[in-house]
Amino acid sequence: MYSRHTLLGKIFRHLLVWAMIAFTIFPVIWIFSASINPGNTLFGLRFIPQVVTWNHYLDLFTNPLHPFGLWLWNSIKVSGTASLVTVFLTALGAYALSRFRFRGRRTGLLALLLIQMFPQMLAMVAIYLLLLSIGRYIPWLGLNTHAGLIMVYLGGAMGFNTWLMKSYFDTIPHDLEESAMVDGATHFQAFLRIILPLARPILAVIFILTFIGTYSDFLLPSILLTGTRQFTFAVGLRLFIQGQYATRWGIFAAACMLGAIPIMVVFLSLQRFLISGLTRGGVKG
Amino acid sequence: MSMTAILAKILLLGVVDSLGVWTAVGLVVAQRWGMLAGLVVGLLALNYAVLSKRAYPLRYLLPGLIPFCLMVVYPITVNMGVAFTNFGTGHRLTKEQVIDHFESRFYLPEDGERFTFQAFRDHEEDFIFLLVSKETGTTYLSAEGILEIVTLEDSRFVFDRGEIVQINGYYRLSRGELFRLLGQLQEIRLERNEEVIRLTSIREFRVYQQRYHYDREQGTLTDLKTGIIYTPIAGAFTSADGERLLPGFVVRIGFQNFLEIINNPHIARPFFRVFRWTFAFAALSVATTFVLGFSLAVLLNDPHLKMRHLYRTILIIPYAIPGFISILIWAGMLNVDFGIVNRILQDLFGTTIPWLHDPLWAKVAVVLVNLWLGFPYMMIICLGALQSIPSELYEAARIDGAGSWQRFRKVTFPLLLISIAPLLVGSFAFNFNNFNVIYLLTGGGPPIPGAMTPAGATDILISYTYNLAFGGVGAQYGFAAAISLIIFAIIATISAINFRFTRRLERISEGL
Repeated sequence: MYSRHTLLGKIFRHLLVWAMIAFTIFPVIWIFSASINPGNTLFGLRFIPQVVTWNHYLDLFTNPLHPFGLWLWNSIKVSGTASLVTVFLTALGAYALSRFRFRGRRTGLLALLLIQMFPQMLAMVAIYLLLLSIGRYIPWLGLNTHAGLIMVYLGGAMGFNTWLMKSYFDTIPHDLEESAMVDGATHFQAFLRIILPLARPILAVIFILTFIGTYSDFLLPSILLTGTRQFTFAVGLRLFIQGQYATRWGIFAAACMLGAIPIMVVFLSLQRFLISGLTRGGVKG
Repeated sequence: MSMTAILAKILLLGVVDSLGVWTAVGLVVAQRWGMLAGLVVGLLALNYAVLSKRAYPLRYLLPGLIPFCLMVVYPITVNMGVAFTNFGTGHRLTKEQVIDHFESRFYLPEDGERFTFQAFRDHEEDFIFLLVSKETGTTYLSAEGILEIVTLEDSRFVFDRGEIVQINGYYRLSRGELFRLLGQLQEIRLERNEEVIRLTSIREFRVYQQRYHYDREQGTLTDLKTGIIYTPIAGAFTSADGERLLPGFVVRIGFQNFLEIINNPHIARPFFRVFRWTFAFAALSVATTFVLGFSLAVLLNDPHLKMRHLYRTILIIPYAIPGFISILIWAGMLNVDFGIVNRILQDLFGTTIPWLHDPLWAKVAVVLVNLWLGFPYMMIICLGALQSIPSELYEAARIDGAGSWQRFRKVTFPLLLISIAPLLVGSFAFNFNNFNVIYLLTGGGPPIPGAMTPAGATDILISYTYNLAFGGVGAQYGFAAAISLIIFAIIATISAINFRFTRRLERISEGL
C-alpha cells in the first residue's frame, strides 16, 4: 500500500512522528528534570535546572520519614509472589480446560469471563470485612498484612488469564503428551514436564503482566494496608504530593523515576513477547 | 500411581481435613455460620476432587477456584445483597445490636437519689467506694462494682481520728488524688439492683436510670424518660411524630435504592450527568486513542520510513510506565497555578487554562491524559493488524487499477476494522471503568453544585460509586452497591454483544 515518497513527503512524515515523540516523552523528561532540580515545590521547578543535584534520590533512602526502600521491596515482594502463584494457578486451570472434556466446561469458561467483568473494587467493602474477620482467627492473613493482600490478588488469578493461557495450550499438539503417557507418565507429569516448558512464552507474559498490574495497583493496598511500614510503592508514592502544603515534588519525582524505570526497561526489552499477549488478552490496567 | 504416592495423598488430605474440622469447630463456637458454610463446601469439594476419579479435572481447577470464590464471587454476592438494603452511615448495625445499644443507655433523673462518697484504691489501681445516701443515710460499700449495705461497725474498716482511712488494703484517696483521677473515676459504673450509680461531680454519686426499654412482644422501644413509644420503620426506631432515633439498623428495602435514582431529583440529576459523561468519556477515549494510534501505525508501518523501529519503541513508552505514576505526573504538570503546561502557555501566548478547576477544561484534561496513556496500545494493535493483511490483496487491487488512497480505503481500513473491532469494544469497556485516571487526576472534580450525593463534573460511574462508599461525606454502601450492579449490567451487555459480534466477524473474515 505504500509507495516511495518525495523529499518533502519524507520530511513531513518525520516531523509528524517527531511531534508525537515530543508529546510522548515530555512528561518523562519533565519528571527527570524535577528529580534533579534542587527545589522541592512545583513553583520552584525550572525545566532546565541551573544546578543539578542528586539529593532527592539520596533523601529517598536516608530520610526516616518515608521508608522508600522498604516500600519498593514490599511492592516487589507482593507482586512477585502474587504473579508467581497466579501463573501456576492459571496454568493448572487452563490445562484442565484445554485438555479435559467435562460437564460444565463451556459454562464455566463463560462464567469466569462474566464474573470477571464485575468491578472488583466495588465489592471492596465486602473484601475489607472479609479480611477483617479472617484476621481475627488467622492474624497473618488479615488486614494490613501482605499475605492478605496477595490472597485478594490471587482471587483475580483465574478469569482473563485462564482464557489467554487456554488458547495457547490449545495450539500445543496433543501427540507429545499422549506419547509421554503411553510411556507411563501421569497427566500431571505430562503437564509439568511437557506442557509447562513448551508454554514458557505465555507463562512469562502472564507473569510480567500480572506483576505490572499488581505493582501499579494502588486502590486495593491503600484500603487494606494501614501501617506506613506495610505500604507498597504505589500507596507510598501518593504521600509525597497528597497534602496541600507538604507536597515534595522533588522527592516525588525521584521516587517516580526509581519506581517506573525498572518496569519500563523490562517492558520495552520484552515488548515483542508481551505485545502478542496483550493484543489477545485485552487492555492493561 | 505408586503405593507411596497414594499414601502421601491420603495423608496430606487427612492433614488438611483435620485442620479444616478444627477451624470449623472454632467457627461453630464463634457462631460464624456464613464462614462455616463456605468452609464446609470448600472441604467437600476438595475431598471430592482428590478422591473421585470422575472429578479429576477439578484437581487442576480447584487451586485457582478457591481464591476466586473467596475473593471475587463471595464479595460480589455480598454486594448484591447489600444493594437491596439501606446499609451505610447511621445504618450499620443489626437490629439486635441497636436494641442492645439503646437498652444500655441511661439518663440522670431530676429527683434521683444522691450519695456522698469516699474512694479507696489498692496497689493494683483497683477502686472501691463507700457511699452514703443523702436521702436515707444508708451506707453502701462497692464490691466488684455492686453496692452492698454495710454499717460503720464493719471489721474491715480502719479508723484514724474518726475517719476511715483504710479498707481491706485499699487506701483512701486524698482530694488532690480525686481531682487527678477524675477522668478515670467518671468511667466507673456501680450497680444497685437494676439501677446504675455514677460519679456526677467531685462531691457526689447519683442514680442513673435506664433510658429505653425494648418490648419484645410489641416490638417497640419505649423512652422511659419521656414515655414516647418508638416503632421500627425503615431501619430506625420512629416515634408517632416521625422522630427517628439514631443509630438505625440494616433492613432490606427492596428496590428502593434503584427507584431513588429515578424518583429523587437531587440524586437523579447528578446521576444522569455522571451517566452521560461516563459514556462520552469512554467513547471519546476510544475515538481519540484509535485515531492517533491508527495514524501512527500507518506511518510507522511504511517500510520506506527510516528509524521506524526506534520510533516505535519510543512511542510505546507511555504504555510501559505504570499508569498511576504517569497520571500523578500529569496532575503535577497540569497544576493550574504552577504547572509546567500553564507556564509554557503563559510564556507563549500570555494566557493560562484552568485545567482542573473548570468543568469543561477538566474534561479536556482527562481525555487528553487518557489519550497519552492509551494511544500506544491502539498503535500496537493496529500495527499488528496491518501486518497481518496479506500483501496479495494489495497486488490484486493494484492490478485492478486502484490508487493508493483507494487501496487504503477499500482494502486496508475494512480489513483492519474487522480484526480490531472487538478490541475497540474491549477498550470501551475498560475506559468505562477507568477509575485511576479520574480519581488520581481530578478526583472527579470540580464538584457539581447542588448535588445531594458527592458528584463532580468529571466523575464517571465507578469513581462516583467509590465516593459514595468511601468518600468523606458518610458511607452509602447500599446505594453504591446498587450502582455497581447497574455498571455490571452495562458492561456485561456490551461484552455479550461484543462476543456475538466477534464470532460473526470471524465468520466473515473466514469467508475472505
